[in-house]
Amino acid sequence: MRRFFFIAIPYLWLLALFLIPFAIVLKISLSDMAMARPPYLPQFSWEDGVWSFLSQLDFENFVFLTTDNLYWKAYASSLQIAVVSTLLALLIGYPIAYAMARAPEEWRATLMLLVILPFWTSFLIRVYSWMGILSQEGYLNQLLLALGMISEPLIILNTKVAVYIGIVYTYIPFMVLPIYAALDRLDRSLIEAAEDLGCSRTQAFWLVTVPLSRNGIMAGCFLVFIPTLGEFVIPSLLGGSGTLMIGKVLWEEFFNNRDWPVAAAVAVVLTLILIIPIVLFQRNQQKQIEAES
Amino acid sequence: MPETAFAPWANPAAKPLIRFRNVTKRFGDFTAVSNLTLDIYEHEFFALLGPSGCGKTTMMRMLAGFENPSEGEIELAGQNIVPVPPNKRAVNMMFQSYALFPHLSVWDNIAFGLRRDNLPKDALKSRVEEMLKLTHLERFARRKPDQISGGQRQRVALARSLAKAPKLLLLDEPMGALDKKLRQKTQFELMDIQEKTGTTFVIVTHDQEEAMTVASRVAVMDEGELIQVATPTAIYEAPNCVYVADFIGDVNIVKGTTYSAGPERYGFRWAEGCEPMFNTSQNTFKEGQQAFLAIRPEKICITADRPEIAENAVRGKVVDIAYLGNISTYHVKIPGGQILKAQAANTHRISKRSFTWENEVWLSWEATAGVLLES
Repeated sequence: MRRFFFIAIPYLWLLALFLIPFAIVLKISLSDMAMARPPYLPQFSWEDGVWSFLSQLDFENFVFLTTDNLYWKAYASSLQIAVVSTLLALLIGYPIAYAMARAPEEWRATLMLLVILPFWTSFLIRVYSWMGILSQEGYLNQLLLALGMISEPLIILNTKVAVYIGIVYTYIPFMVLPIYAALDRLDRSLIEAAEDLGCSRTQAFWLVTVPLSRNGIMAGCFLVFIPTLGEFVIPSLLGGSGTLMIGKVLWEEFFNNRDWPVAAAVAVVLTLILIIPIVLFQRNQQKQIEAES
Repeated sequence: MPETAFAPWANPAAKPLIRFRNVTKRFGDFTAVSNLTLDIYEHEFFALLGPSGCGKTTMMRMLAGFENPSEGEIELAGQNIVPVPPNKRAVNMMFQSYALFPHLSVWDNIAFGLRRDNLPKDALKSRVEEMLKLTHLERFARRKPDQISGGQRQRVALARSLAKAPKLLLLDEPMGALDKKLRQKTQFELMDIQEKTGTTFVIVTHDQEEAMTVASRVAVMDEGELIQVATPTAIYEAPNCVYVADFIGDVNIVKGTTYSAGPERYGFRWAEGCEPMFNTSQNTFKEGQQAFLAIRPEKICITADRPEIAENAVRGKVVDIAYLGNISTYHVKIPGGQILKAQAANTHRISKRSFTWENEVWLSWEATAGVLLES
């Protein structure tokens, strides 16, 4: 009972902080834009009653999202950027986590600290710094020119490449830490057993290390994929006007157009896009567990 | 039938399967194995016995290929295997932690090594099933390692390491995680499997009883060196030094000086004003040489009165009795203050015993009962 109590409080807290705002956003997405404050109708009032309030809600804004190419293109582009960034983060993060887990015991705390260290400075400052590094007169181009590796400055800032660099840099600790946790728990004698039974080092890695760190990989991918999909700051600072991402569209609808209902509809669809794969993944896990027992 | 006894080590013409030749292994400043030479023969069940840190695990890991010797050579079937990586050696290992793959079923764990050999499907299936049968695991084939008991996991580990029919099977403390009853049962199963498959087994253990039970020969190790390599009987009955005598089983060690008392027979002065003890020995001891006499408690006879014919008889007082049910161990204080342990089978009811605490008793043993050891 006591255990239930201790779990229940934080869960209720998290649930309330997710569900109540979501309900509000959902309600706005079903409303109509209006020159009012707040800028949408209907507003709920006791005099008109619940029925008249509900009858004024409709799916107009969701229908609108399908009529303009901008939205599905932004969703598709966001998905593409999120998928590619997650894969890049995995490709770079896994070796880092692997090296950390294989490092001597006394080094691991320091290595862990180094991975977390960037969080000690503001996220915004770090993204702005990348502008200084990647711009045409930036440090990277200066270095490459000085080394004679290029004759003309590279155009990186305000392209998708800059967005990928920014996203991978920012979210890589979220990939490294869960994979490190999984690899750290891995019994080293399992690798020796695999080699003893005839595996080369590479085979042992694919047949034992990777399957046993699967949970870490999954956790890391979700932790990178979910925030990246709705990412707004990095594409708007590093991606320039050419990079279309749904987070940016949402911002523009909300602040520039002051169309709260359409912005809310964009947000609701985004949440659904995120929830569906998570639910599918959960069901898959469940099935696997059931199949095993 | 001594002619048919299995003893290839006594036959100079026999070719050893494994040869350690002046093998030294250092980890930084620490010498784990020091200039060690050892032959192990085919079909042997060879035990490496010693306290933790004596180098026995390092020996095994060098055989498996996880460590390379700093100096010296290791031969397997006449071939130097030092440059051969673990996955290319006809050697398999059963790990102390069992190291079963948690993401694979029992069946797939056993098939793991066979799959690496690209065995045809039918051959693989029949081999895995043969192994399951050998280790009585048929019913658990579909389970994952965390869904079976410790004893079953141990058998999966054994089946997996035997599946590739290695020339040599290494067992690292294979029964360390089992309780005593299961351990004894498993020891006999292991001997049975070793006989059936004819594989050469090398077992690492710190449990002397286990080594004595299963092994054809035992190597007692200490601080990276072999102290004695012999059959369990020889190790127990004729230890070559105080360390081995003390490490294997229970023993009384008496300190004294020797003098010659006939061919291969020595007198042993152990306390002022006491009758000397007599013991035979094939080694030569000089007049007045410092030595130890090691006698096993079960070889000492305890009686209320002085026995009429006894080559050695010492008077003492019972200070303690450890009653173990089938036998009792008597702690008897002899002149000079030393305590000797004597064991007697409880063939009569305890109430009929003619001596108890604080009683004067006589301890007696034959001149062949003990072993004289140099100090």
